[in-house]
Amino acid sequence: MEIRASDDVVLVRQAVRKKSIALGLGLVDQTKVVTASSELARNTLDYGGGGTVHIEVVENGTRSGLRLTFEDQGPGITDLALALTDGYTTGNGMGLGLSGAKRLSHEFEIWSKPGEGTRVSILRWK
Amino acid sequence: MATSTSKLPEVFEKREQEITDQWVEQQQATGRKLTAAERDEANRQSREFIRSLKSALKQNSSGGISGPEWAGVRDFLVDLSSRRAKDGYSPRETASFVFSLKQPIFSALQKEFGANPKALADETWQVTLLVDELGLLTTEAFQKTREEVIMRQQKELLELSTPVVRLWENILALPLIGTLDSARTQVVMQNLLEAIVQTRSDYAIIDITGVPVVDTLVAQHLLKTVAAARLMGADCLISGIRPQIAQTIIHLGVDLSEVTTKATLADAFDVALRRSGHKVVRQDAAPSGAAAR
Amino acid sequence: MERIPILKMGEFLLVTIQVDMHDRLALTLQDDLTGQIVKHRSHGVLIDISALEIVDSFIGRMLASIAGMAHLLDAETVVVGMQPAVAITLVELGLPMRGIRTALDVEKGMTALRGALLEGQDGDTSSIR
Repeated sequence: MEIRASDDVVLVRQAVRKKSIALGLGLVDQTKVVTASSELARNTLDYGGGGTVHIEVVENGTRSGLRLTFEDQGPGITDLALALTDGYTTGNGMGLGLSGAKRLSHEFEIWSKPGEGTRVSILRWK
Repeated sequence: MATSTSKLPEVFEKREQEITDQWVEQQQATGRKLTAAERDEANRQSREFIRSLKSALKQNSSGGISGPEWAGVRDFLVDLSSRRAKDGYSPRETASFVFSLKQPIFSALQKEFGANPKALADETWQVTLLVDELGLLTTEAFQKTREEVIMRQQKELLELSTPVVRLWENILALPLIGTLDSARTQVVMQNLLEAIVQTRSDYAIIDITGVPVVDTLVAQHLLKTVAAARLMGADCLISGIRPQIAQTIIHLGVDLSEVTTKATLADAFDVALRRSGHKVVRQDAAPSGAAAR
Repeated sequence: MERIPILKMGEFLLVTIQVDMHDRLALTLQDDLTGQIVKHRSHGVLIDISALEIVDSFIGRMLASIAGMAHLLDAETVVVGMQPAVAITLVELGLPMRGIRTALDVEKGMTALRGALLEGQDGDTSSIR
């Protein structure tokens, strides 16, 4: 899915909601993954200059989960460690978005290269 | 599975009845004692399975059991296996449904290829591979079902052990017994918040008398629960703080300054009543009666 | 252009957020609300979020901003009707939500506001900080 305007953030939420219902996630789990997707979609838009999100169901033997991968070709993040610390005390919007999404997910991965872009992947198991 | 075409389909075609009969006998010999009803059921299942097996072999006797032609056979075994797992059959009893098939087939092969040792050896080998694969499938399905049952039971246990009690019109009590890990915290929060919505309570007393250990993680979980209840408009009090717990909390540097804490549930209840504008008044006893407290 | 309606409820203002808000709508709301507070000289604002199934950090910051602006205009704010799943998620997300009063529903919200107004700025009874 493309994330080019703030209306797209809403569309991403709706798509993730739909997929998580189909997967059979409980209401609280749905809310967590949709909220995480909202955070990352906003980041992609506000800090990445727009990008894409890929939503997929993953299976691992007995359990299944939802993986969301957000990608942009924006300026990238220079100090990843800093960006991942809880940024709310400094009022940094992106900080809270990334660390918040991490807290709401079971697995979290991030790749970023200044000047090339950023890719964030989160996974929530059922 | 060997790539050469097997004669197995023909053997089955010719000797289906005989194989089925022997197999049923074999199951009863190796399995557990069955009631008459269970025996009839086993007969029916066996015949159905042989039919299904025969049909699959006819379509593809050399490509293993993972192809689409074998879907019927696989589904049958997975279904049978899960049902047996739930019904309390042992893994051996369930697997022997499949493994006891070897004997009858071998004897049928004997009769067919007795004069041709090489053919007999090839076919026997193919049958062995086939039955082994089917047996493994059955065992895996059995295992999976058992795991699902265990997980379901764990979940139920978790939900049962976190009751929310209504102490008064708008005061809830949440007596926590046992450890507070993150899975339990989720259930606790859900139960508490739902109760707050349903009872429209303004106060929730979380009693931790029954929580043996309060470390940083447990303290965090408690604070999360308090914060969540606050968002629903309910004020939380924590009671049941034992002396050792009080020491631990200070040593850990946990900030409970925004939460009212009391040593006993009774004290917390008292505070909640007063805060919600209630007053408990003791009515004077009649002179002739003894008014014990 | 769509706007979020602001109703006058006695001495208070009631804002009911029902749609997935995007940036423009949020900014418009802030403008409208601050205008209304001054116009009606209201001392209390209730923001009903019972229809919101998701509250992310953007919405959270917006609510905090509104509470801050209202406070500067001598009005207190109460956020009401948060859904349990949202509350649990917000706590996990780590959004502080400090300085924002919350109540279960509009009725309790009004009680809280009245209590806060009676006590002045130092109220700490049943209203939530």
